[in-house]
Amino acid sequence: MLYLYDGPLNVPTILKEWYEQEAKSNYGAYIPFVGTVRSEDNIDGLSFDIYEPILRSWFEAWKQKAKAKGAVIKMAHSRGDVMLHESSYIAAVFSPKRRVALEFIDEFVEDFKASAPIWKYDLKNGKRIYALERSTAIKGSGLLS
Amino acid sequence: MVRVEFLGPIQKKPLELDISNLNELAKILQEDKEMQPWLENSAVAVNDTLVSSRDVALKDGDRVALLPPVCGG
Repeated sequence: MLYLYDGPLNVPTILKEWYEQEAKSNYGAYIPFVGTVRSEDNIDGLSFDIYEPILRSWFEAWKQKAKAKGAVIKMAHSRGDVMLHESSYIAAVFSPKRRVALEFIDEFVEDFKASAPIWKYDLKNGKRIYALERSTAIKGSGLLS
Repeated sequence: MVRVEFLGPIQKKPLELDISNLNELAKILQEDKEMQPWLENSAVAVNDTLVSSRDVALKDGDRVALLPPVCGG
């Protein structure tokens, strides 16, 4: 499942909900990854734009990959502003055994960073500045240049 | 008409263009100086599916989106 929220994520609530959703599903492993905004370069926080239609189809493809391995993938992400020490991203894999979940979460988060249509901005001195240097061009970019 | 949208940080209003393929769109956008830096690093989606070739026919009502570099998380 894919969950999008306006503003910061309520991490304890989301992790608890996901735990409860799968408590009786007979998965031996639950591996969550939580992304939290760190203090660096004098930022006050981060802000995010999301293009939902392509994010949903990208996530659907990963849901099918997880299913093929007998696993379940869940993801939550923020829209808009998320301030220092708040969280903007949670991904989690449930699987019968730990190895599949540990490997899958790594692959999933790497592809998320490279492909998911989400744009990050630094919040600094009241401005919203696109984080171009930390961003990755989606595979196949430059088609119109 | 084909609607062209510029996503995320590209500060450009959508265009409604009478075009029939991505080559025509490339020609139009290459003439726009503000768009030049974005063309090199943006991916292209037609009707919300990413495409890897300009060899895509466009028809009335299609939507094209330009997706600049991403950074979720």
